Amino acid sequence: MKYVDEFRDGRLASQLAASIAREADPSRSYRLMEFCGGHTHAISRHGLADLLPGNVRMIHGPGCPVCVLPIGRIDQAIRLALERQVLLCTYADTLRVPASGRLSLLKVKARGADVRMVYSIAEALGLAQRHPQRQVVFLAIGFETTTPPTAVAVKQARALKLKNFSVLCNHVLTPAAMHAILDTPSGTRLDGFVGPAHVSTVIGSRPYEPFARDYRKPVVIAGFEPLDVMQAILMLIRQINAGCARVENEFIRAVTPDGNRKAQALMDEVFELRDHFEWRGLGTIAHSALKPRPAYAAHDAEARFGLEYRPVSDSKACECGAILRGEKRPAQCGIFGTVCTPDNPIGSCMVSAEGACAAHYNYGRFREPSTGTHAPALEDSA
Amino acid sequence: MKTLAVRALDLVQGRVDMSHGSGGRAMAQLIEELFTAELENEYLAQGNDGVLLPRPNGRLVMSTDSHVVSPLFFPGGDIGSLSVHGTINDVAVMGAKPLYLAAAFILEEGFALADLKRIVGSMARAAREAAVTIVTGDTKVVERGKGDGLFITTTGVGILPEGLTLGGDLARPGDKILLSGTLGDHGMAILSRREGLAFDAPIVSDSAALHDLIATMLTSDARIKTLRDPTRGGLAATLNEIARQSAVGMLLQEGKLPMNPTVEAACEFLGLDPLYVANEGKLVAICAAEDADRLLAAMRAHPLGRRSAIVGEVLEDAHGFVQMATKLGGRRIVDWLSGEQLPRIC
Ligand code: SF4
Repeated sequence: MKYVDEFRDGRLASQLAASIAREADPSRSYRLMEFCGGHTHAISRHGLADLLPGNVRMIHGPGCPVCVLPIGRIDQAIRLALERQVLLCTYADTLRVPASGRLSLLKVKARGADVRMVYSIAEALGLAQRHPQRQVVFLAIGFETTTPPTAVAVKQARALKLKNFSVLCNHVLTPAAMHAILDTPSGTRLDGFVGPAHVSTVIGSRPYEPFARDYRKPVVIAGFEPLDVMQAILMLIRQINAGCARVENEFIRAVTPDGNRKAQALMDEVFELRDHFEWRGLGTIAHSALKPRPAYAAHDAEARFGLEYRPVSDSKACECGAILRGEKRPAQCGIFGTVCTPDNPIGSCMVSAEGACAAHYNYGRFREPSTGTHAPALEDSA
Repeated sequence: MKTLAVRALDLVQGRVDMSHGSGGRAMAQLIEELFTAELENEYLAQGNDGVLLPRPNGRLVMSTDSHVVSPLFFPGGDIGSLSVHGTINDVAVMGAKPLYLAAAFILEEGFALADLKRIVGSMARAAREAAVTIVTGDTKVVERGKGDGLFITTTGVGILPEGLTLGGDLARPGDKILLSGTLGDHGMAILSRREGLAFDAPIVSDSAALHDLIATMLTSDARIKTLRDPTRGGLAATLNEIARQSAVGMLLQEGKLPMNPTVEAACEFLGLDPLYVANEGKLVAICAAEDADRLLAAMRAHPLGRRSAIVGEVLEDAHGFVQMATKLGGRRIVDWLSGEQLPRIC
């Protein structure tokens, strides 16, 4: 199976790296944000930073579903599990997100709450069918990629007339977060975006047009493989050098201008825009998230259980906000790697492998001068 | 010995019940008709609370390991063979020749006797193939819902010849890191069975007893410092343990890591990193740089080491980082696993 290697070929990578080095103008710097956590992870896992010249910097964006989930949202899930004794299902990463009172879903699970880790929402739906006497709630998180499966499950639940299945919906929208970052007055300088892969297969490339047109920021949608990201970086540098700002698509093998119309129609049928939604790090953003339409209220956990939202501010020491906005690097947080580690995360960016802090801790912390290592040059080794 | 029971155990339809752990006649019958029948040897035949073993000729190495794998049967093995291989390997990577095993079974009420027989039979076969004897054992039964079918704990004893010392604290900068074969086969075999995933080529666990491969390596005269089997937590955990014990760093070469392409694709599909996935029939060896090629040749000459490779080297590093040069041409840390990636893998 050549599939995996084809996109990670070291020779191709060094050719691309040479082009980037040749075309990057040494008299300026390039600050490029990869929006998506999948890209953050790929960049870190493959050591892509080592192939870029010093004046090309990748800035990690907020596209990590677990990272942008505010404490108040996890608290809601915890209240459902503890006080309403629901069977709460969610993805593994969400279990460890720190909530109020030093709790997390993992910790309340250990205290006896019925919290289950699932790989898909379909599993949660199955649990509801097998346990008709239990209320099953799926804690749904994620950007446009994970929204269609939630829509499918909600529709199925209605078709099956399930009275015990609901979704605690935290689906959020990519373009809204990009607007929020660009609109932050004190924000960091960004010269362009590497646009998300999977999200764009759903929403298409068109929703990025305003960033090019109105903000003059080039956007290049890139696949998830490290070579895709490098190609996108090269394309961004070319646009920046030429002084233009367009939406380009490196991931033509999967993304079209209009995206997946069927998935969009499905989402539109089941969900509507929330007036506003609190994001961790980005604050409350209007029209940035989805909730089930009133027709599906029976499967909306917030409606079914009369849940109210109580915002909770992050730990004072945690710099996740600034990191999610691209204003700080993980190592600039005072508790990075000491108090806050993947085994004991204080902020959400240290939880998921896609989070900027976790990615830096797991893959890149040898690069920080303060942790200086004695590793030899790559050529010396076995 | 006179048979205790009037009616033989029903090994086709029968199930474990609470009386099988009660210490009474039913338990004695289970031991006699199922365990002893499968495992039969002179030591078990002693029939006492403890087993009397001959005086060993060398230092003793002892290791114990509990097995809770789910599912109990998987491509390439079952909990029975796994519990034999796992403990043999823990003894063998100390450089010792494994001789005896003790086995303790925790059975859940309702567990099918036919499955138990199959599992004990597979233990017997694995032990026989490895020339190791299961000399004593114990059985307990817990109520339905309080266990998950069957858990097995095995304890192994082996003999270490004088003059040979291997350990995780003996790696030194400059040493080479060798790996005996492909990564992640066991973990992905379990996971694909558990998740009902089908791949073009089925993924088979690498569960195997490594002591014969190790014996071959030890006779190659290479100066081996450390041997270890990268089970739970995968190669990443094993190398980080050694780096910490020896207070060194390491640099792996991603391009040199042997991988089964189906396992690699499955990992990719499930978002797992093969460096963290469990192996049950692989070992890591650290040896002096000058001897690495000789050791590699010895490993490759053995059926369990055909795909061995030199995958990296030991460095001086005050932080004890395990790093990897990626295929892409960059570098990253290979850290300890955080959290629980794959529960109940062994
Ligand atoms: S290191 Fe921890 S506390 Fe600091 S910003 Fe990152 S996640 Fe937040």
